[in-house]
Amino acid sequence: MAVLELKDVTFKYQLAKETILENISLSIEKGEFVALVGRNGVGKTTLCSIMRGLIPTFHTGSMSGQVLLNGIDISDMSIGDLALHIGFVFQNPFVQVSGVKQTVFEEIAYGLENLGVERSEIIRRVDEMLIQLNIEHLKSKHPMQLSGGQSQRVALASVLVMDPGILIIDEPTSQLDPQGTEEVFETIRLLKERKKTIILVEHKVDWVAEYADRVIVINDKHIVKDASASEVFADPMLLETGNNLPQVALLALRLKESGKTDIENIPTTLDEAYQQLKGRTDHGSH
Amino acid sequence: MEAIKFEHVSFAYDNGFVAVDDISLTIASGEKVAIIGQNGAGKTTAVKMMNGLLRPKSGKITVFGEDASKRTTATLSKKVGYVFQNPGDQIFNQTVYSEIAYSLKYLKIDKAEIERRVIAAAQMCYLADELQTNPYDLPFSIRKFVTIASVVAMDADVVILDEPTAGQDLLGLTYQKEIIEQLHQRGKTVITISHDMEFVIENFDRILVMADKKIIGDANKREIFWNFELLDKAALKQPVVAQLANRLTMKRNIINIDDFVSEYEK
Ligand SMILES: Nc1ncnc2c1ncn2[C@@H]1O[C@H](COP(=O)(O)OP(=O)(O)O)[C@@H](O)[C@H]1O
Ligand SMILES: Nc1ncnc2c1ncn2[C@@H]1O[C@H](COP(=O)(O)OP(=O)(O)O)[C@@H](O)[C@H]1O
Ligand SMILES: [Mg+2]
Ligand SMILES: [Mg+2]
Repeated sequence: MAVLELKDVTFKYQLAKETILENISLSIEKGEFVALVGRNGVGKTTLCSIMRGLIPTFHTGSMSGQVLLNGIDISDMSIGDLALHIGFVFQNPFVQVSGVKQTVFEEIAYGLENLGVERSEIIRRVDEMLIQLNIEHLKSKHPMQLSGGQSQRVALASVLVMDPGILIIDEPTSQLDPQGTEEVFETIRLLKERKKTIILVEHKVDWVAEYADRVIVINDKHIVKDASASEVFADPMLLETGNNLPQVALLALRLKESGKTDIENIPTTLDEAYQQLKGRTDHGSH
Repeated sequence: MEAIKFEHVSFAYDNGFVAVDDISLTIASGEKVAIIGQNGAGKTTAVKMMNGLLRPKSGKITVFGEDASKRTTATLSKKVGYVFQNPGDQIFNQTVYSEIAYSLKYLKIDKAEIERRVIAAAQMCYLADELQTNPYDLPFSIRKFVTIASVVAMDADVVILDEPTAGQDLLGLTYQKEIIEQLHQRGKTVITISHDMEFVIENFDRILVMADKKIIGDANKREIFWNFELLDKAALKQPVVAQLANRLTMKRNIINIDDFVSEYEK
């Protein structure tokens, strides 16, 4: 059974003239890693808020259709109950900061504290998160005095530490350097191994292609493609929806165009590209 | 002519933390330069010294031949425009129009010229339809263009863009490419900090690499992205296409799709 299911969801923000999303239906299985892609302003964050139940409760507007969590309509659940199942890492990390804690450590501990988790257990879990996301050195810093990249990692940690079954992560790497980005994707890989369900919004398609199972493309209010990462990223149609293709796919398409290769399947990961192109070069000019 | 020159420049924040340690560099007028390196390496601190937002603890900074320490920040920022990493640090006005016009009030130009410049900058930054919008009603990625337009309108000789690519989609990156190209054609010196290696390679030849408070590399992109020791030190990787070329033991210095296609099975 699907852990999360949207049935024909249409939404319009209160003050907006037009609907932002129309007839969105999708179904996500436990343990899947799904990426949402689409140009800025297309409604990715809105869709995340709908899945998390913040719409239409918190951000008002008119919504039709249904969101089901393990088969139960989420409009029958409280936002608090939902929080136990679904963690949401906001696009703007500064929104995530509670504003009541003085250190990064306590900030990350805050959610567990509210659940009444024992102190020794809190310390163990927070320490584990700090190591995992490589932010131990920020432990005693004030949460409001972090750079954009630092707050992005703290925001992620404060949600992951709660250990929800479903994680919705909205552009977690926009301010991060390449190594920080890799760490976030490696963290997501670990979460996947622990059978977490992950929904990620991300513009860095090269990374998404390496890690995600499935990609949902949103364009002009609708889901225009919902397929495996290797299928979505091999299709030049993606460019028309304002998203880039992975570098290796662009490269393979160019090689085909110039008649330099006759490979049939457009690779979408570095390893696939290597497997497909090796043996076809005989320059060893190294 | 030298636009910016640093000689043994160091900087420490009020709490004593040294963020830039003994860096020297020269950027010629009209040059395009990218700065790359890890979060916290000292990139923002270094560029903020170019227009006097921060002042060095030691060393000498020269801007178009003049000793920067003898100039006020207001004077320097007419020559060197800086677009903040976080648009929130820069935006204070209620409409996009007044935000772009704001700093022009301090230039000795008349109303008609202010209007002309605001409109031209807005057009160049794809904001012509947003002039009456409140900047905070715009998404982060578009707000960045408001801050770029404000600096473009100042018509400074040097334009510094601090992580303009963060959070941009494909179209946003295309717009930024065009803005950088136009500034370059007008003879401006453009300095851009970015974590997007493909963007850096597409738009710049000279690259400065910062790591742990220092400049550890200053060379052409083809050299930088095949210097594994340097990349390691800066916690950077080759762009994907170069990684592939490396695994296929193709010619060194391939860094983008064009290079790869022309070298493959030639
Ligand atoms: N609370 C709101 N009221 C009205 N419009 C909104 C609200 N929040 C977002 N929007 C608009 O909805 C559109 C989609 O926003 P968003 O979901 O954030 O897109 P994305 O995450 O894909 O960039 C944007 O044009 C945005 O301005
Ligand atoms: N106002 C400040 N006070 C103290 N330390 C700071 C301040 N601003 C930045 N730093 C520190 O200086 C170092 C360099 O910062 P920055 O120049 O912003 O790096 P980058 O732009 O390369 O990410 C970082 O370790 C950062 O935490
Ligand atoms: Mg968004
Ligand atoms: Mg910076």
